[in-house]
Order: sequence, then C-alpha cells, then structure tokens
Amino acid sequence: MPELLALVKHDCPVCDQVLPSFDAAGVRVLSQSSAQDTEAQAARLGLGTVPELDVDLELSARLDPDAVPTLVLLDGSDERGRVEGLDRQGMLELAAQAGVELDLDGLPAIRPGCASLTRDPEVAARLAARRARDEGRIRSRELRIGELEDTFEALHERGLTDGLPVVPPTPERVVAMLEHTSRDPQDVVGVVPPYGGEATVEKVAVNAVMAGCAGPELPVVLAAVEAVCDETFAMHGLLATTHPAGPVIVVSGFDGFNTGVNVLGQGDRASMTAGRALQLVVRNVGGGRPGVEDRAAHGQPGKLGLCFGERLDETAPWPGLAQDRGVPEGEPGVTVVALEAPRVIVDQLAREPEGLCASLAMALENVATPRLRLAFDALLLVGPEHGRIFKEAGWTRAQVQQRLHELTHAPAGSIVRGAGGSPEGIEAQWVTDPSQPVAKFAAPDRILLAYAGGDAGLFSMVFGGWAAGEIGSAPVTRSIAPWV
Amino acid sequence: MGLTILDPTAERDVAPERPLAPRGEPKAIALVDIRKPRGDVFLDELERLLRERGHEVLREAKPTFTKPAPQDLRRDIAQRCDAVIEALAD
Repeated sequence: MPELLALVKHDCPVCDQVLPSFDAAGVRVLSQSSAQDTEAQAARLGLGTVPELDVDLELSARLDPDAVPTLVLLDGSDERGRVEGLDRQGMLELAAQAGVELDLDGLPAIRPGCASLTRDPEVAARLAARRARDEGRIRSRELRIGELEDTFEALHERGLTDGLPVVPPTPERVVAMLEHTSRDPQDVVGVVPPYGGEATVEKVAVNAVMAGCAGPELPVVLAAVEAVCDETFAMHGLLATTHPAGPVIVVSGFDGFNTGVNVLGQGDRASMTAGRALQLVVRNVGGGRPGVEDRAAHGQPGKLGLCFGERLDETAPWPGLAQDRGVPEGEPGVTVVALEAPRVIVDQLAREPEGLCASLAMALENVATPRLRLAFDALLLVGPEHGRIFKEAGWTRAQVQQRLHELTHAPAGSIVRGAGGSPEGIEAQWVTDPSQPVAKFAAPDRILLAYAGGDAGLFSMVFGGWAAGEIGSAPVTRSIAPWV
Repeated sequence: MGLTILDPTAERDVAPERPLAPRGEPKAIALVDIRKPRGDVFLDELERLLRERGHEVLREAKPTFTKPAPQDLRRDIAQRCDAVIEALAD
C-alpha cells in the first residue's frame, strides 16, 4: 500500500487549516521548520502528534514542491501523485488511494499554499550546492573559515588573493556561477603555468566568484583561460619575466562589457572582474605568486586584471579583432595579448588617415625603446574620433596596419648602439648602410588594431607588447561560443 | 558557524622538502645560457674559472629565455653532467 505523506511548515496559515485533519486521520506529517517552531505549532493547533522534522530538508529537496502543504502519495521511492496547497477534492482522492479517510469538511475547496521553504533563495542555494556536491559536479576541497576569523583577512592570510578583498567562494556562489555555462564543471579548460595546475570549469568559476564576477562574464573568463594556456602564448614566461607585461583580454562581440566611455577605466563590473578572474586563476590554479614566481621589476596596475570590450557598433571602422583572427562573423571571441600598461596618443588636428598614421607611428616607435626593433609587438586601441577618420576614408584594418608598418621604419644609423649617446640599439657590425630603413615591427599584422572608447576625444591608446612571436608570446584568439 | 568556501587552487600535493643526496665533487658541469643579452659574457668568465679548477664544462643554451628549457635539453644535461649552472643576465 502506498504511503501518504504531508509536508508543512510552521508559519503557513494553510498548513494550520489542514493539519488538524491530517492529525486526526493519522497521516504522517513532516515539517520544514525547526523543532521548536514545529512543537509550538502542534501545541497551538492542539495536535495529538507533533510532526516529524524534515531533517536537512532531505524530503523537501527530493520532492521539490513549489508550495506547502504538500500531500504526496509515495510507493517506495516512486511518486504516485501529489497535491500542493489546499485542494479539498484532490486531497480526498489522493488520501483514498492510500486507504486514508480525510475529513476536510468546512475547509475551502481551493486555497493556494505558502512557498515551500526550499523556494527561499538562501535555502534553495544551499540545497543546490548540496546536490552539486552529491552528484560530483563540484569537487573542490572545502575550506573552513572559523567563526572568530574575519573572512576577508583569512583569505588574504591563506595567500589566495591579489591584495584586494575577494568575494568568499562559498559552494552556493560557485554553483550559481556555474549556471552561466552549459559546460560540465569537471571539463578541463587548460593546464595553467607555472606549476601545471588543472583549471577545470569549476576551478575557474571559484576564482570568478572571488574576482567579483556577476556570472554572465564566466564564458569570457573560460575562453581567456583556454587561450592563455595555449603554448604559443607562453604564459609561464610572461608570468616569470622581469618585464611589466601581463595578459590582457580583448573581448569581441560579447554583450555586457563596456566598450564606450572610460573603456579601460574603472566602473564596469564585467571588464574589471573578468580580467581579475583570469589573473586569480594564474595565481591560484597555476601557482604564480607575485614576487616569487612573478619576477616583474615593476609590474603595472593592469596586472590586477585588464579586460575590455571592443566597440563593434555602427561607428566601428572594422570588424572585431577576434573575428579578424578567425572567429566566425557573428560569434563572440576573445584575444589574449601580453601587454604592458597603455598610454595615450594625442592627435587633435589630423583629419585624414595619412596624417593620423604618422602620429600613431611615432608613438609605436617608442614601444620599449625606439632602439629595439622586431622584438616587441604592440596593440593600438583606436578611439572613436580617430576611428571615424579611417572609416570615412574607407581604410581597412589591413591598410592601416600596412601604412603604420611602413611608417615605423628608422634609418639604421639612428638606432645603432651609441648613436645619440645611448648604448642600447643594434650592433654596429650589422649596419653597412646607415641610411637603410629598419622596421620596428616584424610584420604589419604584428601591430594589432582594436577599436573602443567614448565618443569625444581625439585620442588612441598604445600598449607595448612583451617579447614577441616565436621567441616569446604570440596573441591567441578563441571563440567564446564553446563556453557559453 | 564560520563559513565554508571552496579551495580555489589546483589542490596539488606539495612535495616535502628533500635534502639532496650526498654527492662528490662534480666533474662535468653544464653552463646553460638562457639567451639573454650578455649572458655569454658571464658564462665565458665562469667557464674560465671552472676550467682553472679542473672541471669539465659543457655549454648549453635554451632556444629562448621566454620559455622553459625543452625536455630533451634537460634530459641531455642530466645524463651528461654532474651539476648545472643556469645563468641569468641582462
């Protein structure tokens, strides 16, 4: 014979209405409330039997009702039927199947119940986390922060932060974060230098929570982690170098990232936190600690995390950087690039592309030092008021790159060691003709072009690269689509 | 109550600190140039001093300073040498 069970809670007036009938008919009742509240309710209603407790909401989580009272007919673990809320006819029929005679006379025919405790957001999050653990979707070791410890201080002391406070990665928050990707939490995103830690989707989500991500940025962070773990990016060397460069994420065509006013500055949660999440993955999963494995002489503020979205609206002179580098049109992508801090290039007088290129080229010559050639790439972030000049003239990205490459050539005599008093430069033995032009960049496409920023301001931004190409780091582009 | 959080690290087992096995005076010593400018100047001097003391010296080099030494190079050094000096320079 199937068993009739009722779920109730203490602060539900509809439960109060039906409980005396359940009690009189000997129905087994479980309460979602505490022992004290349940006893008080039983006394208040004059019940003969105090309802049992649904310890840890085990049954409630399994039945997952929207409302209580819930009357359910169970045959072993199989459910044969249920009624949520007060439905007199429904309840009588269900009870009859279990051979129970309920007396519901005088009660309303229909009355909606109260929200099940499992629908309380905090409780629902706790239950979801427990389920994720039981099902093996989350497997990270649990760390306990003591009651007398300050959570934020404890996380610093355990060496898990970048020096700023982090959001404590509770199981509830991590499970909620994982809702923002369809990927299995145990999928490996990449093996993170320097110590080869496995970054699963779960571990990336833990660090994304800590970084302050709201959630929708998670696929961007996952794609960026995948990208920096590509060997050609040389994340190990980028971390360990004395040079100030760090990994910068350029987001092309993914909603939710600021692409306009103050695009590289503070204020946009998605940009601020996605870049930070990547760096926390490198620190926590990869094991790269500033001052230990990270030997940067100075570093730069962007190493906290630097991520920005490209402006791909109707003002854009070109398609996105990721799309230019192979991500299909209409699909979002990220490009990770090893870059130092950006600086502004001011040209408020150029109105045509040729002059603007001349101004931009001067700044590009200064990457690292004008005396070093072919060793560093650069990323040029063209602002809207500069971009308009290229767009109106119909210059493609490749055309601008080509012209900038041509304009960033210097006579060998001017960059030879000792010229102008500076010992840096190319060795004299390689200079046969002092007037021979020497390229700054190895190829036109080693000057990466992106477009973003606010409407007003005749500015662009230049980021110098780190040791470039095969001898160092090459930019890596990945589609975000597989991580959504 | 306290708070439960998830470990953000890769949860790697950290190998305990192990003392080096006792070893005699090294005979063959590898000098690894990491390919930074002027690293050779430093290594030339080291090589001279080591040879003066009767050591056999092998000169090796990484392909680029930006990346870890390739597996083959590490194995080669381990097989042929008793000690290795990796030189940084700038």
